[in-house]
Amino acid sequence: MPTVLASPPLTRDRARELLFEMLRIRRFEEKCAELYSAGKIRGFLHLYIGEEAVAVGALPVLTLDDAVVATYREHGHALVRGLPAGEIMAEMFGKANGCSRGRGGSMHLFDARRRFYGGSAIVAGHLPLAVGLALADKLQHRPRVTTCLFGDGAVAEGEFHESMNLAALWKLPVLFLCENNRYAMGTALERHQAQPDIQAKAAGYGVASAAVDGMDVLAVAEAARIAVDHVRTTSAPYLLEARTYRFRAHSMYDAELYRTKDEVEQWRQRDPIPLFVGKLREWGLLAETDLAASEQRVAAEVAAAVQFAEAGPWEPVEHLARDVCTPRSTGEPGAAS
Amino acid sequence: MTKLTYREAVRAALREALQADPRVFLMGEDVGRYGGAYACSKGLLEEFGPERIRDTPLSESTFVGAGIGAALGGLRPIVEVMTVNFSLLALDQIVNNAATLRHMSGGQLSVPLVVRMATGAGRQLAAQHSHSLEGWYAHIPGIRVLAPATVTDARFMLGLALREPDPVILFEHAMLYPLEGELDETAPPLDLDHAAIRRNGRDVTLITYGGSLGKCLVAAEQLAAAGIEADVIDLRTLRPLDLPTILQSVAKTHRAVVVDEGWRTGSLSAEISARLMEEAFYDLDAPVGRVCSEEVPMPYPKHLEDAALPQPEKIVAAVQQVVAPHD
Repeated sequence: MPTVLASPPLTRDRARELLFEMLRIRRFEEKCAELYSAGKIRGFLHLYIGEEAVAVGALPVLTLDDAVVATYREHGHALVRGLPAGEIMAEMFGKANGCSRGRGGSMHLFDARRRFYGGSAIVAGHLPLAVGLALADKLQHRPRVTTCLFGDGAVAEGEFHESMNLAALWKLPVLFLCENNRYAMGTALERHQAQPDIQAKAAGYGVASAAVDGMDVLAVAEAARIAVDHVRTTSAPYLLEARTYRFRAHSMYDAELYRTKDEVEQWRQRDPIPLFVGKLREWGLLAETDLAASEQRVAAEVAAAVQFAEAGPWEPVEHLARDVCTPRSTGEPGAAS
Repeated sequence: MTKLTYREAVRAALREALQADPRVFLMGEDVGRYGGAYACSKGLLEEFGPERIRDTPLSESTFVGAGIGAALGGLRPIVEVMTVNFSLLALDQIVNNAATLRHMSGGQLSVPLVVRMATGAGRQLAAQHSHSLEGWYAHIPGIRVLAPATVTDARFMLGLALREPDPVILFEHAMLYPLEGELDETAPPLDLDHAAIRRNGRDVTLITYGGSLGKCLVAAEQLAAAGIEADVIDLRTLRPLDLPTILQSVAKTHRAVVVDEGWRTGSLSAEISARLMEEAFYDLDAPVGRVCSEEVPMPYPKHLEDAALPQPEKIVAAVQQVVAPHD
């Protein structure tokens, strides 16, 4: 149940911004699912629907100097980080105007300017990269935070433990942000973790940690603020576990044999968007017209994104071997090998 | 000309790299206080301090991945993986991250990372510590693979590798570390794109790299005594291959034997042989010969290990076969 407060804990502008960002991800991804069925998007498509409060609550706490290293379920994070929706959609179409020139697709969204380092699709394989980015910051005396997102499934991989250990040992400014959606693809948390309390694992590495309700955008924002402050001021890592749930299948190929419709339905009762809308209404921060206006803005942005993707050019096949290696000014050997 | 060991050459290369560029640092297992498993980094901790000579926990995947991240963050990491055998624990980082990030990001990112590792057999270390898996790495687009075989290349290839904008994997054959050689500091190698001709001949081309170069040169001397003069090509760079140098030699000798400590099946030697078939078929007077490791996990006893590896006698025999008159 929403907490009843005497005065609302946020301004009306901030309320509308958070709601708008969650709606943006939701509607963008609903369109992605539709375009997948229409054959415009191919490959793997992992939807974030249900988990929006985590990205929307946590990522704005970072500055543009900070880095984000994400998983293959990263459309929402890319949107919140400021990657243009059109470039993300074009990437999923495989077009040359995509944010990774169409080379990556849904799972590999990159934007070097915004320090958005993917879009990595080997579970936990990106955690060491985050540790290294933080090491580079530390050795070059840059007061930055690297935020590394991963799911509960990654916690079973060796890299999670190795990376927590190394970041703690070397005191590196990494925010390990676990989006625990309770399933490693189709294997439930209790079926893959002997200790399902993920944030508790941090103690084994002397890392500060917390768990937060990942369906509550304000709770996530507050927990992330504390976590990022900790990392920035101490230059030490922090493990934040956001407890959330994905409403859709793991990917578009998943028949969802591993969970019941009832379970999904129960979690849908805690859908972060209606939950937040309810609170805002209670606090008198949301006029009826606000929601409709937000939906309208989002719809326009999504439509423009699709148009941008549709209009985008295909990379010429002659460019197939581009960007395998950095072009050499002269030497023939290795130019594209 | 000065005489020094391959190990001393590696150490001099590391020292020079650390002195030349403040972005360069070395990390790996026991590179600091221990001085490196092969003593390559002995003394560097005292000289450069613990910020730049970093002992890591035993977590190959994560410290190689951290090297990739540090390279993305603007540094020039040299990551030492103790041996190629342990690099399998970091294979995911090298293959799925280092080699792909540039392409996957549409050219936005590059990973100027150098990973050094010891490779090869010969010290009776049995099946888990004797691999020669350079050929696996040479299979991967997006990385450059080096195998310095001489003291001079050990001294200078690291510096060239650090100038590369993309990931470089550098293999040092463990049997080479104690070997002494002449260092010609007046004529350092200029690039990583070209193979070197270590001996000139006219009758056959021996194509090799790394720890097998010495064996090929020994074999070539024995062959010379029998009147067969071999060109000996040291590949230096295993990816991308310097095919023009190989083809030029084969156009002259019309015969080739590839010597590779990797297993024969699916190997670098297989690749070179296939390229010769594609590009030099009409130059060849005999089928391409190969001398590789026997297809067994490396056995422990010396006589069996010797029997499993390429040896000068095997190379001589393979050459005699390809130079024998064909009808």
